Amino acid sequence: MTSLPENTGKKLGLVIDLDICVGCHACATSCKEWNTGGYSAPLSDHDPYGADPSGAWLNRIHSYEVGEGPGSKTVHFPRSCLHCEEPECVTVCPTGASYKRAEDGIVLVNPDTCIGCKLCSWACPYGAREYDFDDGVMKKCTLCVDRIYNETIPEEDRVPACVRACPTGARAFGDLGDPSSAVSQSVAARGGFNLLEEFGYKPVNKYLPPRTGASDRDPAIVTQPERMPKPDGSAVERLFAWADQALSR
Amino acid sequence: MHPAYSVILFTTASGAGYGLMFWLSVAYALGLTPNSPFVLFVAMALALLLITIGLISSTLHLGRPERAMGAFSQWRSSWLSREGVAAVATYMPSGLLALLWLIGVESSLTIPLAILSAVGAVITVYCTGMIYASLRTIRQWHLGLVPANYLALAAATGALLLGFLLAVFGYAPAWTATVSLLGLAVAAALKVHYWQTIDADPGQYTAEMATGLGHLGRVKPLDPPHTRPNFVMREMGYEVARKHAEKLRRLVVAFLFAAPGLSMLLLLTVGGWGATLFFLLAIVCASVGILTERWLFFAEARHVSMLFYGSARA
Repeated sequence: MTSLPENTGKKLGLVIDLDICVGCHACATSCKEWNTGGYSAPLSDHDPYGADPSGAWLNRIHSYEVGEGPGSKTVHFPRSCLHCEEPECVTVCPTGASYKRAEDGIVLVNPDTCIGCKLCSWACPYGAREYDFDDGVMKKCTLCVDRIYNETIPEEDRVPACVRACPTGARAFGDLGDPSSAVSQSVAARGGFNLLEEFGYKPVNKYLPPRTGASDRDPAIVTQPERMPKPDGSAVERLFAWADQALSR
Repeated sequence: MHPAYSVILFTTASGAGYGLMFWLSVAYALGLTPNSPFVLFVAMALALLLITIGLISSTLHLGRPERAMGAFSQWRSSWLSREGVAAVATYMPSGLLALLWLIGVESSLTIPLAILSAVGAVITVYCTGMIYASLRTIRQWHLGLVPANYLALAAATGALLLGFLLAVFGYAPAWTATVSLLGLAVAAALKVHYWQTIDADPGQYTAEMATGLGHLGRVKPLDPPHTRPNFVMREMGYEVARKHAEKLRRLVVAFLFAAPGLSMLLLLTVGGWGATLFFLLAIVCASVGILTERWLFFAEARHVSMLFYGSARA
């Protein structure tokens, strides 16, 4: 059913800390590795070792330069499905394959009923859905629905693969509908924000902004421009000029 | 947006088919058609053929065409589903009408069936337009003008087809040329207004809003997430250069509106003589024009997701 649930019991999602992310792409590769064998299997690639590689990935890591001059920053920016509260990728679906789960708010595609019309990808302002040309269906982040409730894997692994893989702890998983959860508290403490808030899909995933502070000030050590001695036409200088020319021949 | 040829063929062919169905049904209900069930049958059969070619073509761009039946289920929320339901529902009165005309049965049902066919044609084309107009991610599509354009162009191209068919069978009532001319004029006015509207709007969303980093300054891409374009870039990032778009717009005005319009004016001036030729000329020009118009409709559309890939505004 592509009509949206009135409200979801939980609002499971990710919090991504743009201050910590180092842009290593470990979350993207880990996501690909898990999901090409899990719920979304296969995540097909085309020409993976050739000149024009492409393929379905559920997580993409951009790097942006933000601001200009000495205060500018490099911000690494992971981008995946935000599991919006009011996503039109779900309502435009003609078959009901694209749906939002009432129990935890996860937005999923049923790979058995998707007809591959791609309209949901047109409705997503975040570019989060990627079509699988081999499988003929749309693929998207499942929030690792096949890990987080999976009792056959160790408890510490019951988080999305991207969260498990992140070496810097820039990604956290939890219930953003519960104000007392760790993720909600970090959002409150750090001023977590929505991507393209003005668009109105009400994303569940939140981003924590890069910290501004010490690193933004002018560097403490001011380097002096190096002084180049002016040529004085001495015999030694002419000797070196002659040697330089002779050796350059 | 990437202009998929299957979707261009679908929207133009089925649009013309529904336009033809609409005018044929309205004219029949008003008693303006020739008293020949066979001619009426051929006209309705052509409409249904164009619609069917369009619908089959639209399934070609599906990844899983064998599951297309599922697309009729979500009419409560999805315009694509509504279009499918409307298209199938319209087959019923129009198909039955074609059948009655083919076997030449006099029936009191033909007028109500014609009215239902005309209404179904309008609803289906409106749904097609709304598939695009409902997408907030593309400002060039998220306009009330979009379904209006689809309706007007379907009406104009359908009127030309009906005029041609009647002329081929030796009927050349002046109203077919007049209706075609009016349809073309309305469609031209709406299309020019559409272009002015999309040109006047620079787009309300920026890369700074997309990333939420605007308070830190301008956002510029430094390293891309992948070395070659992915699905999102290929599908959503297709762009036609501004100067090419302007040339193509002039081509649309010349072929889709000016040439067929002139053809109809000439026909109205010289009377019934050569009606087949004038309509044929108009149809050939309008075909080139409408395929270009539909291609441009996609190629000029800018998707919000491209803000993450270096677009400054969308």
